[in-house]
Amino acid sequence: MIYYFMFYLDVGVALLSTHRLIWRDVKNHECCIAMPLSQILLFEEQAAGIGKSAKIVIHLQATPANKEPGPYQHSKYSFIKLSFKEHGQIEFYRRLTEEMTRKRWENTPASQPIPIGTGSQAGRTRAVGIVGIERKIEEKRKETDKNISEAFEDLSKLMVKAKEMVELSRSIANKIKDKQFGLRSYLLSMGIADPVTRETHGSGTHYHMQLAKQLDDMLQAPLEERGGMMALTEVYCLVNRARGMELLSPEDLVNACKMFESLKLPLRLRVFDSGVMVVQLQSHSEEEMIASALDNVSDKGSLTAEEFAKLLGLSVLLSKERLLLAEKMGHLCRDDSVEGLRFYPNLF
Amino acid sequence: MHRRGVGAGAIAKKKLAEARYKERGNVLAEDQIVQMSKQLETFKSNLEEFASKHKQEIRKNSQFRVQFQEMCATIGVDPLASGKGFWSEMLGVGDFYYELGVQIIEVCLALKHRNGGLITLDELHQRVLKGRGKYAQDVSQDDLMRAIKKLKVMGSGFGMIPVGGSYLVQSVPAELNMDHTVVLQLAEKKGFVTVSEIKDSLKWEKERACHVLDHLLKEGLAWLDSQAAEEAQYWLPALFSELTSRDVTPEEANQMTP
Repeated sequence: MIYYFMFYLDVGVALLSTHRLIWRDVKNHECCIAMPLSQILLFEEQAAGIGKSAKIVIHLQATPANKEPGPYQHSKYSFIKLSFKEHGQIEFYRRLTEEMTRKRWENTPASQPIPIGTGSQAGRTRAVGIVGIERKIEEKRKETDKNISEAFEDLSKLMVKAKEMVELSRSIANKIKDKQFGLRSYLLSMGIADPVTRETHGSGTHYHMQLAKQLDDMLQAPLEERGGMMALTEVYCLVNRARGMELLSPEDLVNACKMFESLKLPLRLRVFDSGVMVVQLQSHSEEEMIASALDNVSDKGSLTAEEFAKLLGLSVLLSKERLLLAEKMGHLCRDDSVEGLRFYPNLF
Repeated sequence: MHRRGVGAGAIAKKKLAEARYKERGNVLAEDQIVQMSKQLETFKSNLEEFASKHKQEIRKNSQFRVQFQEMCATIGVDPLASGKGFWSEMLGVGDFYYELGVQIIEVCLALKHRNGGLITLDELHQRVLKGRGKYAQDVSQDDLMRAIKKLKVMGSGFGMIPVGGSYLVQSVPAELNMDHTVVLQLAEKKGFVTVSEIKDSLKWEKERACHVLDHLLKEGLAWLDSQAAEEAQYWLPALFSELTSRDVTPEEANQMTP
């Protein structure tokens, strides 16, 4: 017997196995009734209502001749109802549907039937062992449920307060055109988008100024190693891996980089036509990069982005951007085929 | 006869009224800012209390995270906007998603040479989980999607393309328009697509189909099998890696061998 799934009713437990539907009294575990799933004609849900618990109604087929004795000799009803006083109806319904679809009882033989209404030693021992497990599972479930529902309740209350804050700050932010530091930091802390610029206010807070300076310290060496340029995603990974905790958000990084120029730091945030964003050492000027690209391409006759990347030890993404830039300035021209994109010196 | 409203006196009066108005405006704003600061302190302590009781829930329970995110969105708050935000600092939501962002970038980068920068959300999910190790917190696909949305702001071409009931995650700034997307969706079932299939299903001209397929080849998103039986097949490594290298359980393996 595979004990598949269990739920507590207010006086009993409904268990579902691959072969049977079983009901056991919660107080007297030796009182047990079972019914083969093959007897089920069809079943349906009844949603909970005011004063009514959720139910599953199970319609049964005609009684087979070899049916074992059960709690009732006769009944005018051809269905039974499982009433879920606490909860579990949805999950039970789902599992029942699954078992009724798979009809596993047709393939695998049922194992020894559980003792019904007998006081046999074996039956009692088995029931006791399972009771212990069941109780543990139930306690855990109740505790988890309690924690979760408390958490959700507290969350809802918190959100109500947060909403008040948002509305207040929006009304102020709208009135004050010239946002002082204080207000911007406040908006940032709450994660509220500035209603005017629609940015979750980034640039110009003290936090971002500090970050920009930290980045300057941190990125000098890595940038030198990588030919003076790094994709912003690369910077993001590098910085956050180093920090380990209190990580930067992507927006924090972008907003800090935007401040390089105004803080007169020797780094620049640059956005290529493709949208790719890089941090670049200011010392590595544009002309130098283009000249070096042209040199390399002329030297080899032609280069693809991958070849150029290998040559310089750069990422393919960035080497492509450099070639595109040189092309934009008229120094290179392209040969675009299914073989790939190849650049040649522009002799036109 | 006196003429009111015109003359030096009237102008001076007007200026004075304007100055007073501005001043009052500033004073009003100042009042509100003071009020705001007080409310902020109260809110911070509420948040601290919430965090002390439920911080674990955010990290452990993906359903709770979804709920939290949706509630924030409803009230107009982005808890992931900044690592400096209250939500990040006190609830640790930020670190969870920003770290996930790092892991996503790394997985995509590692596989880019093979799939051109396109990967199914499922594969990304599996690989991220593997990378996180046995004892790390579980992440759901919803978590991944939120992290990816945040990565977009860094201009690296991160995006999600709806395909076959799930998504393809793009991590390179390759331009993919509607035509490309539709062909990707067509290829999803078998992992490859042919020109004839495109013509039949989408009712396109051959030229249009070839143009789209060439672009996918150039971007490294598709590979050409010109030796296929009837017609050249365009395979998408992002898709076929799932079909041909899926993990197999021992029972399944037994069933497969004759």
